[in-house]
Amino acid sequence: MSTYSLSDGLASGAPRTSRAPLLATWIRESGVGVLASITWSAFGLSCLWWEDVGDWSRTHSLGIAAFVIAAVALFGTVGADYLGSAGKALRKRAPWLVALGAFLTLWEVATAKLAWLPLPFFPPPQAIIEVYTDDLPKLLDSVFASVKLQLGGYLIGATVGFLTGVSIGWSRAVGYWVHPVLRFIGPLPATAWLPIAFFTFPSSWSASTFLIALATGFPVTVLTWSGVASVSNAYYDVARTLGAKPSFLVLKVAIPAALPHVFVGLFMGLGSSFAVLVVAEMIGVKAGLGWYLQWAQGWAAYANMYAALIVMSLLCSGAITLLFSIRDRLLVWQKGTVKW
Amino acid sequence: MVATALAEAVTHPAAGAALDIEQVSHAFDIDGIELPVLSDVSISVEPGEFVALLGPSGCGKSTLLRLVAGLDKPKAGRLREDEERIKHPHPSRVVVFQDPTLFPWRSVWDNVALGLEAQGILKSQRQRVDDALDLVGLSSFRNAYPHQLSGGMAQRVALARALVNDPKILILDEPLGKLDSLTRITMQAELVSLWQRKAFTTLLVTHDAEEALVLANRVIVFSERPAHVKADIRVDRPYPRHRGDPYLADLRRQILGLLGLDATW
Ligand SMILES: Nc1ncnc2c1ncn2[C@@H]1O[C@H](COP(=O)(O)OP(=O)(O)OP(=O)(O)O)[C@@H](O)[C@H]1O
Ligand SMILES: [Mg+2]
Repeated sequence: MSTYSLSDGLASGAPRTSRAPLLATWIRESGVGVLASITWSAFGLSCLWWEDVGDWSRTHSLGIAAFVIAAVALFGTVGADYLGSAGKALRKRAPWLVALGAFLTLWEVATAKLAWLPLPFFPPPQAIIEVYTDDLPKLLDSVFASVKLQLGGYLIGATVGFLTGVSIGWSRAVGYWVHPVLRFIGPLPATAWLPIAFFTFPSSWSASTFLIALATGFPVTVLTWSGVASVSNAYYDVARTLGAKPSFLVLKVAIPAALPHVFVGLFMGLGSSFAVLVVAEMIGVKAGLGWYLQWAQGWAAYANMYAALIVMSLLCSGAITLLFSIRDRLLVWQKGTVKW
Repeated sequence: MVATALAEAVTHPAAGAALDIEQVSHAFDIDGIELPVLSDVSISVEPGEFVALLGPSGCGKSTLLRLVAGLDKPKAGRLREDEERIKHPHPSRVVVFQDPTLFPWRSVWDNVALGLEAQGILKSQRQRVDDALDLVGLSSFRNAYPHQLSGGMAQRVALARALVNDPKILILDEPLGKLDSLTRITMQAELVSLWQRKAFTTLLVTHDAEEALVLANRVIVFSERPAHVKADIRVDRPYPRHRGDPYLADLRRQILGLLGLDATW
């Protein structure tokens, strides 16, 4: 009986008709949130309970932050019904919060407290936080440099690749000349050009832009081309009988019909250009996250490396998310597209 | 009443054009082997005539329509629209293909607007698109994408996409084949009233002898491939026609006989 009344009080105030599934419902909706708050509290405790084996300045703040998150998780999920969409979103992510709290606790204990994992190769969470607070300007500079380089190279590569692909797909004459070149040079990994590019281009920055553009351009060209080439003749027939001129056939028939293929090329190009970006920054350009990684390794600053890796993965993931949302906007007419 | 709206939107009703098909033969190369499809077909169509083409499946009806549209060139013979050689496709001859072939990346409205957009007159004539959609009863689906339509609805959109161009020759390749019998009868009536008002010349390929007789003033029966004209039958009956008309029933029996169905009828 007491269990029921307890769950009644906690369960969100929404009127419930039957009592039997009440507990089950409450556990499903809020139980995970309670669990999340327990794992995050454990993380906070693990920060504050023992002394650190090393010298880290952010341990205390991290512990407090963990408790704050634990409180947010608890009240956010239990009271989700009063919080609207934010509460719903929190509830949906609660299982991940549980896992994350558990992982952080384990990480904290295994590194900073009991040193199961050897230092300095495995820095504790507070060491990484320390990088973000104390080395922020340099990190931001690196982020900015990387984004600038990547964006420039990618846009150039995607544009040139798209235009080349459309031209090859549309015109036999262009195909005759470009196709063999593409077959010969395209499959070469862009990084193979690195040594040549760095002494033929006026600056390492322009060389890297070229390499990123190259890595992007090849898949975009090939997939745009195959997209344009595979457009059904029936579409052209329809458009021609309705009075379409060649420019209309290219711009309003071939390109929209090929767009799904083009996006596959854009995704592939994005992936391979990331690889080139990091290598180019490590070897040539003295800026950017790749260079930051290299520099951190030189100083055996492992926490900085992890911090930079996390930022890098957020950026790459963000770029892909952005591309997905552009695609979803342009290709609303397609059914059953993949959600990222 | 929607039909009147369409008539009003078009200030200069395009009268039909004459169509001359003169000794046209055509063949396809399949792996180096020549497949004759049309053999010496001659049909002379008066302006504003409604001609139905009947023939066994695969005999070459769609091929003939492609030649009339100007999408392909015949191996021999000539095609002329109002005395002018047909060399290229032209929006005065609009085709509704056997498959609706709507552009999947365009909404229903944009699909119907295709012809006006291609000719660069969409901006001033948007009303025509709305009217054409009204005519086929799909105004409420203007923003839908083709994958959200049923087969019959897609075919109606294809019809609207053709009609919006106000063609002189309307070329229909079994456009009503996929419709349910009820919509089909309604669309047949719409087609007749539209044709009577606009007086465009109509070529209609159909498998259905009854449909041919209800709609056309001339029914041409083709032979097996390679197709040649087997019979050219005038249908002198006033519109609207009744399916039960004994005169039409008689013609129907005659046509089915020509198509090789004597025994069952
Ligand atoms: N592009 C092509 N290449 C080769 N052969 C073709 C081509 N188009 C049509 N054919 C052949 O020409 C013949 C006539 O085809 P067509 O499409 O004109 O027939 P149809 O009379 O319209 O038949 P249905 O009533 O079944 O639509 C068929 O045997 C077909 O195989
Ligand atoms: Mg056909």
